[in-house]
Amino acid sequence: MPPEDGLVAVVKRGCPTCHLVSPVLAALPGLTVWSQDDPSFPAGLDVRDDRDLDVSVGLDIETVPTLIRYAGGEETGRTVGWSRAAWRELTGVDDLGADLPEHRPGCGSRTLDPDVVDELLVRRSGHTLRSRRVEVAALEDEAEAMFDRGLTDGLPVVTPTPVRVLRMLAGTSHAADEVVAVVPPNLVEVTVEKIAVNAVMAGCRPEYLPVVLAAVAAACSETFNAHGVLATMWNAGPAILVNGPIAAEIGMNSKGNVLGQGNRANSTIGRALQLVIRNVGGGVPGGVDRATFGNPGKLGLCFAEDEAGSPWEPLSVSRGFAPGASTVTLFAAEGPVGILEQLSRTPESITRSLASTLRVVGQPKTALFFDATLLVGPEHARIYAEAGWDRARVTAALDEALLLDRADIERGAHGIEDGMPPGPEPRLPKFRPGGLVLAHAGANAGQISTILGGWVGGPAGSSPTTLEVDPWR
Amino acid sequence: MALSSVVFLDPTDETRPAARAAIERPRSLDGLRIGLLDINKSRGDVFLDRLEELLTGRGLAVTRYAKPTFTRPMPPDLRREITAQCDVVIEALAD
Repeated sequence: MPPEDGLVAVVKRGCPTCHLVSPVLAALPGLTVWSQDDPSFPAGLDVRDDRDLDVSVGLDIETVPTLIRYAGGEETGRTVGWSRAAWRELTGVDDLGADLPEHRPGCGSRTLDPDVVDELLVRRSGHTLRSRRVEVAALEDEAEAMFDRGLTDGLPVVTPTPVRVLRMLAGTSHAADEVVAVVPPNLVEVTVEKIAVNAVMAGCRPEYLPVVLAAVAAACSETFNAHGVLATMWNAGPAILVNGPIAAEIGMNSKGNVLGQGNRANSTIGRALQLVIRNVGGGVPGGVDRATFGNPGKLGLCFAEDEAGSPWEPLSVSRGFAPGASTVTLFAAEGPVGILEQLSRTPESITRSLASTLRVVGQPKTALFFDATLLVGPEHARIYAEAGWDRARVTAALDEALLLDRADIERGAHGIEDGMPPGPEPRLPKFRPGGLVLAHAGANAGQISTILGGWVGGPAGSSPTTLEVDPWR
Repeated sequence: MALSSVVFLDPTDETRPAARAAIERPRSLDGLRIGLLDINKSRGDVFLDRLEELLTGRGLAVTRYAKPTFTRPMPPDLRREITAQCDVVIEALAD
């Protein structure tokens, strides 16, 4: 505890400026000296031991020496390093340090040493963490321990130690105990802290956390229906498309190999969401996850839209969000199907070509069944840009080209027993209104677009769901 | 170098116990590695000494373990050692 009235100095033996001022300290009446590294320094003074740094943390010491004056139990002034004028003013001793140089900068406080920062973080804030502590024996490999307890998706995870979780929580201003969503299938309330624990495991950096939080909230919304996406026998899992400035801030990939490996943010944000569904929601393959095949993207699929190179407004803006807002759009996605189309040069031709492959989503004889996301590559998007076709026009043209003749898709047509039942409409749309989402992504080189087939669209299944990221910062 | 244990935060909804369930009781001890655990309650050693005599008399292999004190949970490293070295463990519980 600091004194009611008087002076407090915090020093360490490892600091030359502290050695310089030690004769001055000896000359100051009513002084309490705390040492961060060695209570036998400065010699000849009654020095108190602050090797555990509790006092230094409490006094918010960043530099040694620090001299603080108290009056009536309150701090009334402090100075750091050695400045003859400042020390004389603070102490009221006019001839203090007459034989010392006028000024000497101090040294960094031990509280800022990299080897103690983590420990201090846990000591200061560890009590705020509510999650159960699980102890792994020293002889047990911690990576193996996570597998043994069924906590991973089949790949190793980063062990969510208290200090790592505390560092992760620095990525958001939200309180650790705030409930973010109710996670299916077990309908468990998930807090910011639990999401942070799983984000650590997934390999996220703290600055990704707002994206993960928004993604969990969006996934657990009524419209996205994560329960259905999890429980279906279909291949799809949750995919996350990121729009807005956050994508560049955290270094996300929207260009070459956009759906592939190699980018930490892309690879870990989607994984964090899936770990939350697994660990908090209890959604595991063979349990509520009844996928017949699944797809590799169920380890986590997250990517950014290439806005800078896009001929269109960001997808988030088309979906009603303000330009400049950062968003996540959740949609159900199975494995990517590429469309190689190298000869079309008109918007009409490229549209017919893309539509012909979009017909295969689900099965070529289904209509009004599954949703799909079409990632238009830059070389294909350029054809639309040169023709002045915006996203709405391209989407409408694709929907028009995907009006399927019932005779082609009825049960039995083309010698295939499956298909649509008989009905009055001569033509049926492949996708429900809003069921086909277009985004711009991929490398500049390559006359390729890519389909991410979805799942049953609309209220009976899952609808693409967009939420803002910024409220989760 | 001293070994130290790692503590992690439970990523689950915490409805399941952190410790895992016991394995099924074996039908026979033949060929199994048997641990005898003294939890440091008085006369536990008497009971376990007699058990060791009886078991080794049947040609079974036993290894002895002891908790530092019965008042606290078993150190995780001892638990790990026993799980690595034994198929079954017999614990002397009460005095």
